[in-house]
Amino acid sequence: MQWMTLTEAEWEVLFLSLRVAATATIIGLPIAFWAAWSLARRRVPFRGLVKAIIQLPLVLPPVVVGYLLIVTFGRQGWIGGPLYQATGISIAFTTTAAVIATGIVAFPLMVRACRLSIETLDPKLEAAARVHGASPTRVFWTLSAPLCLPGILAATTLGFARGFGEFGATLIFAANIPGETRTLPIAIYTALQSPTGGEAAARLVVISVTAAVGAFLISEWLERRTRERLSGESR
Amino acid sequence: MTRLSVDIVRTLPGARFRLRASFAAGDGTTAILGPSGAGKTMLLHVIAGLARPETGTISLDGRALYGPGVDLAPEVRDLGMVFQEPRLFPHLSVRANMLYGAPKGSDPEAAIALLGLGDLLRRRPADLSGGEAQRVAIARALLRRPKMILMDEPLSGLDPARKGEVLPHLRSLSAAEATPILYVTHVAEEAAALGARILTIDDGVIADAA
Repeated sequence: MQWMTLTEAEWEVLFLSLRVAATATIIGLPIAFWAAWSLARRRVPFRGLVKAIIQLPLVLPPVVVGYLLIVTFGRQGWIGGPLYQATGISIAFTTTAAVIATGIVAFPLMVRACRLSIETLDPKLEAAARVHGASPTRVFWTLSAPLCLPGILAATTLGFARGFGEFGATLIFAANIPGETRTLPIAIYTALQSPTGGEAAARLVVISVTAAVGAFLISEWLERRTRERLSGESR
Repeated sequence: MTRLSVDIVRTLPGARFRLRASFAAGDGTTAILGPSGAGKTMLLHVIAGLARPETGTISLDGRALYGPGVDLAPEVRDLGMVFQEPRLFPHLSVRANMLYGAPKGSDPEAAIALLGLGDLLRRRPADLSGGEAQRVAIARALLRRPKMILMDEPLSGLDPARKGEVLPHLRSLSAAEATPILYVTHVAEEAAALGARILTIDDGVIADAA
């Protein structure tokens, strides 16, 4: 029965992980969609360079991403330094740092999923809407955004899943502070460092797999429902 | 009386000639008849604001749509358009598609009756036949209450049976509704069946056939 119930510490780790991944996804998604829209539809100066920078967290070792975040947002960093001196706010080694690290690592996946859906939009439909009185804003909200919903949901799933499993960048930039930055992967790592932590690690792995599979099934169901709604067939 | 005046020059991608259109269209149906690749679709796109001419002027009822210092956005040109393919919005019902560009409080009943759409209103575009979808597209253009409806070979994507289904609706449309129609086609019989005034377009140049 002990395997069926979670300890207070395990609940804390699980909720923190869900909170960090969800916050990073919710904040990152609109930015990712905007970046994807700009790349797919607008003239972007230095397009290749911008694309490379967006994709960078995907190919860089997460530890390197964490190091770059420290250099940027740490108390001595070129953004974090002036911020700390002006306001006393320090980002590194906080839950906010965990959210930033998670968001940055998940960002390229979200951009990619959004971009794929934007590229499948038919500009002829948007032209028809314009001729029939819709401003570009109305075309976006009534046509483009709803038709991109499956891609947006896929981006949410991918971003959340990547964020939920984030380890390296978070460990470097946010450290391993119980209740604040110790997410599930970091808690598993911590347990494995202890000679008696095998069972604790195994329990955390089960929690991790269960939560990830649950989130995946929910998002699959949502995505399927959305596709059915948008497929153009009567219900 | 509605009057569309067009006097434009536009390069046609991949063509050895340029579109040089200078004509006026008024009440009733005006058909522009010409072979494929003559510049018919580009002409309608330029009038609708979906493409820009190199030079020239376009005005509708004395209001400049395009000209020196003027280039109105498509949504404020007071036009409706029926394309070669229906271009219905796949996530919206037939009713929502029809009312997409309609002014608030529009009553669609007359258009529904005119185009025989009563049984289709709750369906989605994917469940419609080509003829049904094109009739919905015509209703969408009509319900916008435009000053003129542009029609770009609306029957060309349909088989003969579907053409026979839609053509009577187009005829009754020009008879029952006061909305003028500018209709481009490569089929002379279609233009004749609509009782249209016919202009011909050849190598991008439009001339009055009458």
